[in-house]
Amino acid sequence: MPDASTSAKGDLKLSNLTKSYGDFKAVDDLTLTIPEGSFFALLGPSGCGKTTTLRMIAGLEEPTSGKISIGATDITDKRPYQRPVNTVFQNYALFPHLTIFENIAFGLRRRGVKDVKEQVEKVLNLVELPHLADRKPTQLSGGQQQRIAVARAIVNRPALLLLDEPLGALDLKLRRQMQIELKWIQTEVGLTFVHVTHDQEEAMTMADTIAVMNEGRIEQMGSPAELYDNPKTAFVANFLGQSNLIQGNIVDSDGDYHVVDLYGQKTKVLKNRTHSRNNSVLYAIRPEKLRIDTENHTRPGNRFTGGHIVDVSYIGVSTQYQVELPWGQEIMVFEQNDDGIPPLDKGDEVTLSWEPSFSFALDGAQDANAGSEVNPEAE
Amino acid sequence: MKTLTRWFSRNLIRVYMVLGFTYLFIPVAYTFAFSFNDYIKSNLVWRGFTWNNWKQPCGVLDVCPALGNSIKIGLLATFIATILGTLIAFALGRYAFKGRAVTNTLIFLPMASPELVLGASLLTIFLNLGMNLGFWTIVIAHVMFCISFVVVTVKARIASLDPRLEQAAMDLYADERETFRRVTFPLVAPGIAGAALLAFSLSFDDFIITNFNSGTTITFPLYVYTHAERGLPAQANVIGSAMFFLALLIVVAGQIVSKKVKVGK
Repeated sequence: MPDASTSAKGDLKLSNLTKSYGDFKAVDDLTLTIPEGSFFALLGPSGCGKTTTLRMIAGLEEPTSGKISIGATDITDKRPYQRPVNTVFQNYALFPHLTIFENIAFGLRRRGVKDVKEQVEKVLNLVELPHLADRKPTQLSGGQQQRIAVARAIVNRPALLLLDEPLGALDLKLRRQMQIELKWIQTEVGLTFVHVTHDQEEAMTMADTIAVMNEGRIEQMGSPAELYDNPKTAFVANFLGQSNLIQGNIVDSDGDYHVVDLYGQKTKVLKNRTHSRNNSVLYAIRPEKLRIDTENHTRPGNRFTGGHIVDVSYIGVSTQYQVELPWGQEIMVFEQNDDGIPPLDKGDEVTLSWEPSFSFALDGAQDANAGSEVNPEAE
Repeated sequence: MKTLTRWFSRNLIRVYMVLGFTYLFIPVAYTFAFSFNDYIKSNLVWRGFTWNNWKQPCGVLDVCPALGNSIKIGLLATFIATILGTLIAFALGRYAFKGRAVTNTLIFLPMASPELVLGASLLTIFLNLGMNLGFWTIVIAHVMFCISFVVVTVKARIASLDPRLEQAAMDLYADERETFRRVTFPLVAPGIAGAALLAFSLSFDDFIITNFNSGTTITFPLYVYTHAERGLPAQANVIGSAMFFLALLIVVAGQIVSKKVKVGK
């Protein structure tokens, strides 16, 4: 995150932004800088305040306190039509009584732009739908409407393009395709995109930087890889992908590593991947980082012994095991099906091993299930 | 027996439909048929077919002036009630203000109250104010009861409007006035048109309230009522039938247009 004082010309800056509804704080003292030209995602479960934040940036919601500015211009008190910001709405909000051409031309006409026809045709070519100019929105498929909604916004070349769950209404296959397409469009036009979503895969595919939001605050911000590999809270660890979190205590130090005691078994974790204020930690390891073996065949690194398989799901590219550890906790293991060895069976005694540098440790005072129980489809 | 039961279970809805429409349309068909009656004094007995009544719809004293009054009053009342009602509907549908809930309830009252009571109350007011009963008192009375129907119809349309469409317009550099002109109004317009048609038919049709407040002015329903006892001329049937077919034409045309708008070209 660039320092606020050195921000470039068109950066979006949110300073102490708060939105309260009575006692409930939808957005709580949010401070954030989104660099010009980046693809930024606000990711979080429903009700985390991400949509409210977006609507405040668009001017559709008034902040209770705080400031919003783009570059040097304070836009906090500007009306929506006075801001250099355009939005791609959830369900697109295309004007049903206007043709596709007029939908896209709407913003240009309001601003009194001269070469409307030329610009609309250019953007229709960009989204590869020039043949639909004379149709009405209801005659288009969901994916086409989505692209028109993007075209209607980017044709205005705003300083900032806001996308509110833009792919939520599409089926999975189309969603994947549109993710790639949106990312391509963003690179092509070079605008700043701020994308709100509850879908972690969507955020990780498209965004350069993701801010994970929870209860009106930002839990953690960083690149998709940073957030996935080195989460700082249990919420982030569980919301982005899956994590096995095991309660333990730091008992010793070994060079760059802490030695952690997990129910009597000693493991290691890098000190710079440990985010705890005291010795009590949640030791964390991603399911795909674990290697599973029968007792007589083990690998170097950290290991748990004495586990046994309680469930096996074969899903083609990988096999997912649920393994019960000696102290009763069940953890997930994803094993790539790349070695031609048939999957292990339910009930098999196994040893789990992993490279110590792949693990991370979180503050032990947190709820180990934070972020994993939220239903991402609830929005 | 079994096949008969099956036939019935499959076609019951059709049988029911035929019976229902027969019930609804017998009076209309009767009126239409008797508009061709070669009547003498009373149009109650079939005396033979003639085109004369349709050739001379104004052939009887007073019937066309009465029709003219009804149309003028209907248009005027519709115009005023539609404007006022639409404004009220926007206020109720879009803004939270003190007394909105009460207003919502009060708007329903004229629809729920017996017309007899409304008519009599209006008469009292007009007399107390010293107003001359006639054309304008009828207009005022009609505007009064039409407003409620306009409000209810337009409000339903506003409620079904996705607020994100207006937000999208604002987001695309349209200020409040432009947003209303380019997005809100075109989308609510079909509701307003429907409300206006409803208001006109209510006004054109009204007898009870009009009867109290008409003074010496005769509207078409008043004409029909006063002449029913002495024998209604077939010209009334001609006008009634013509109005029916005109309404039918408007409805059919409206559906064709709306279908075209939906499908595009």
